[in-house]
Parts: sequence; structure tokens; C-alpha cells
Amino acid sequence: MVTGILSLQGAFEEHEKVLDELEEPWFEIRNAMDLDREMDGLILPGGESTVQGKLLNDLGMMNTLRERIQSGLPVLGTCAGAILLAEKIYGDSTRHLGTLPAVIRRNAYGRQLGSFSARGDFGEIKDMPMEFIRAPYFEEVYGGTEILSVIGGKTVAVRYGNQIATSFHPELTGDNRVHKYFLESFRLRTPDRVKL
Amino acid sequence: MSENRYGLNKELAQMLKGGVIMDVTTPEQARIAEEAGACAVMALERIPADIRSAGGVSRMSDPKMIRGIQNAVSIPVMAKVRIGHFVEAQILEAIEIDYIDESEVLSPADDVYHIDKTRFKVPFVCGARNLGEALRRIAEGASMIRTKGEPGTGDVVQAVSHMRAMNSEISKLVSVRDDEVYEYAKSLAVPVELAQYVHKNGKLPVVNFAAGGVATPADAALMMQLGAEGVFVGSGIFASGNPSKRAAAIVKAVTNYNNPKILAEVSEDLGEAMVGINKDEIEKLNNIRMAERGQ
Repeated sequence: MVTGILSLQGAFEEHEKVLDELEEPWFEIRNAMDLDREMDGLILPGGESTVQGKLLNDLGMMNTLRERIQSGLPVLGTCAGAILLAEKIYGDSTRHLGTLPAVIRRNAYGRQLGSFSARGDFGEIKDMPMEFIRAPYFEEVYGGTEILSVIGGKTVAVRYGNQIATSFHPELTGDNRVHKYFLESFRLRTPDRVKL
Repeated sequence: MSENRYGLNKELAQMLKGGVIMDVTTPEQARIAEEAGACAVMALERIPADIRSAGGVSRMSDPKMIRGIQNAVSIPVMAKVRIGHFVEAQILEAIEIDYIDESEVLSPADDVYHIDKTRFKVPFVCGARNLGEALRRIAEGASMIRTKGEPGTGDVVQAVSHMRAMNSEISKLVSVRDDEVYEYAKSLAVPVELAQYVHKNGKLPVVNFAAGGVATPADAALMMQLGAEGVFVGSGIFASGNPSKRAAAIVKAVTNYNNPKILAEVSEDLGEAMVGINKDEIEKLNNIRMAERGQ
């Protein structure tokens, strides 16, 4: 089982390191040719969503990725990745992949001085460290989207079927439980497997 | 600055990786840059090429002008202060800038001391020509480093030489014995803890971008292949024939810096690149070598 990591811009190497730690194979997606490879799961990293969205279009990858996600490809989007997934961006008519029934608000905590760290629950996972860097949060979820994390009254992680989105960065904290949850939920990884 | 705040500031630089940060002088240019795919913009009154030709003293930009740019775009906005001018930095912090560039492009305000960046909540990026300069700036609190290059020239040679110097010094530091790191730190005039970090990890403890003289998609890809984690483009875009197209091409070149086929495609029909001046001409003209400021 191999995970593709969107590597157009942003903190994709940090996700690669987490998967290395978990001894899970991955490859980088930098252009349309990389989408021809076999891929069982997809990670959309943090970075700038305007840049990543533009490059997805310019490099001819947006429609293919959207179709793959709609037909069930498991995807984990963190921060900018969550913005790419959301159906609606608050106060903005832009729509990127638009596969996740939710309204997301960009730069919801303001500029860099508003960036912060917190701890909170992510579904069943307790006391997860969370880094919010010029982060978004979910203004509204609908259509069966499930809320996984709430910090300070704001929704910061959700799941809709094969799609998981967080407004924080699980790849920056050294705690790999969100990645494990993602990989194990979709059987990309066997839970508690016996190491030979 | 608390340790946590410094961590968050280093992490913002991580989010900019693989991206292009563009110099802009007006809200309209900022919008063009954002639409072309800039991951951040640097707000300043004059691009380095014009600073160079205008001469005189060059200072922090008008906060009102910077705010206009902050309101025009949703990506992070950076701005420059003079080396050592901590009051200009306080002003930029007051308007909630996302990143301060303590920059040799402006006239230095202090010929000995840099800003004590640990006293600020907002992050700082600083220029460096070699490992010693980079680690000294990090010791002072910088959470991102860029090569100095030679700004406003459109000549990439200095950025290349700075990136190569940094890489070869890092390799050297990695290869020495553990008990030799102390002496190496002494010779670089840097704190031993930072030298030990580089010795162990083979890289700087913060993100490292290329800057100074990048004018074409090929220049940007060259810097990426030499190990830069992203690129600043100053005069190269808005001093060229077709800024919007050139900007978008450089963004794509940075993403696919290892793919010559894509680099060939994006290098086509960009119109005129900035004319530029080379380092020998600088010496004949006004002899301003910005890279030598702030060591």
C-alpha cells in the first residue's frame, strides 16, 4: 500500500518523515505524470492553498485528483490541504478540489501573531498536540461530515467518508497518531502489525 | 520570545518551502504576484534594482503602503528593515507583519550590531553568505535564512557562490569528529550548540531560501538543485517585460526544478528578462556591494 504526497509547495517533506517513521512507502506528486503511478492513499500537505490550487490547475492535475477522491481514494488534508478539499471557502468564490461538504475560513486566527499551539482530542485520540500556523477553521459542516476536533469552540478536524481534514499540522509535532489513524482507517496499514 | 513562539515562527517558514516569495511595491503588483502563485510577498517601496540606481539612504517602507498590500492579498506579507534598526522592526510588529527581513538591501542602521530578534514575537529572515553568518543570525533569533546574493543585479553568481559556500561548510562540519566541533564553532564564531546541531543533522536548524539575483526560471531551478528550499525573487519579476507570466513560470520551475522538460516549457516566450548588471559593472558604477553589509 503506497501513499502519494502532493509535493507542489509547502511542508510535504514533514509528512514524508512521518511515513518513514511508520515504515510506510510514499512517493511525491509533482506533475500529472506522477498521477499515473499506483496510489492507495493521498496526503495534501500544509503550505499556501492559493499556490497549490493554482499549480494543480496549471499542471493539469485538478480534475484527475478530484475524480480519484470522489471515487473513494483515501485522503488526508492538513491546513492548506483542508482548504483544497473544502466545498466552500468563506467569503471567497474560489473552489479547489471541493470534495468535502464543509465551509472553511482561511487565515481564521489572523496573521502570524495569531498562530498558536494547543492540545485536544481528535476523535478517539486523546490529548493530541496541535500546531496552528496562520490556520483555517471550519465555519460549518453539512451533508454528513463528521466533526473530529473542536478547539476553543471552533471545528478544526473533520471526516467525510474517505476524506480527513485538519486545520492543524499533525506532521510537525512528532506525534504520529493522526497519520496512523488515517492509514489504519483505510487499511493502508495493518494495526499493531507484528514486526519481523 | 518564548520557545513556543520561536517554534511557530520556524514552522511558518516550513510552510513557505518549495515556494517563491516576490518583491512588490503596490497592492496591484501584490495581487499579480498572488495570482501567479507567490507563496508570500515582500512589500517595499522600491525594488532593489531601483534602490541601486537611485543611491542615497534606503529605509523601511511607509507602514500605510505595507498595510495596503496586507489588505490586498491573503498570503503572508513580509517587509524589510535596516540591519540593526530595532525600532523599524517594532513598527512592523505593531502592524502585524508576517515576517521581517532584516536586510542588507536597505542602508544599514548599525555597523556593528544586528537586531536582537529574540525580543520580538514576529519572525525574522536574514541574509547570509556562509555558514558562520547564518548561524550567527540564528543565534540572534532569526527563524529563516536566505542567501544574500547580490540584490538588484539580475546576476545569480553571488547567490550560487553563497549557497555553495554554505553547503561545503556544512559538509565539513558534518565530517569532523565530535570532539572537533568546539574548535570549528570557535573558528566560525558561532555558538557551539548550533554547530553541534549542524554536525548532527547536516542542515541548518531553520529553512534556507535562495535570494539575490534570481531572474529566470532556470536561475530559480539552479538554486533549488543546489539545495535551496525555496526562492526569493526581487527585481527579477517586476523589472522584466511580462511580470505575470515570468512570475508564474518561476513558480512552476521551483516545483519541478528537477524536470528539464517542464523547465523548457515554462522558459518559453517570457519576453525580456531584467537587463541586469554584473558584479564588475557594480564596482565601476557606484561600488555598492550589498552582500558585504552585516556580517
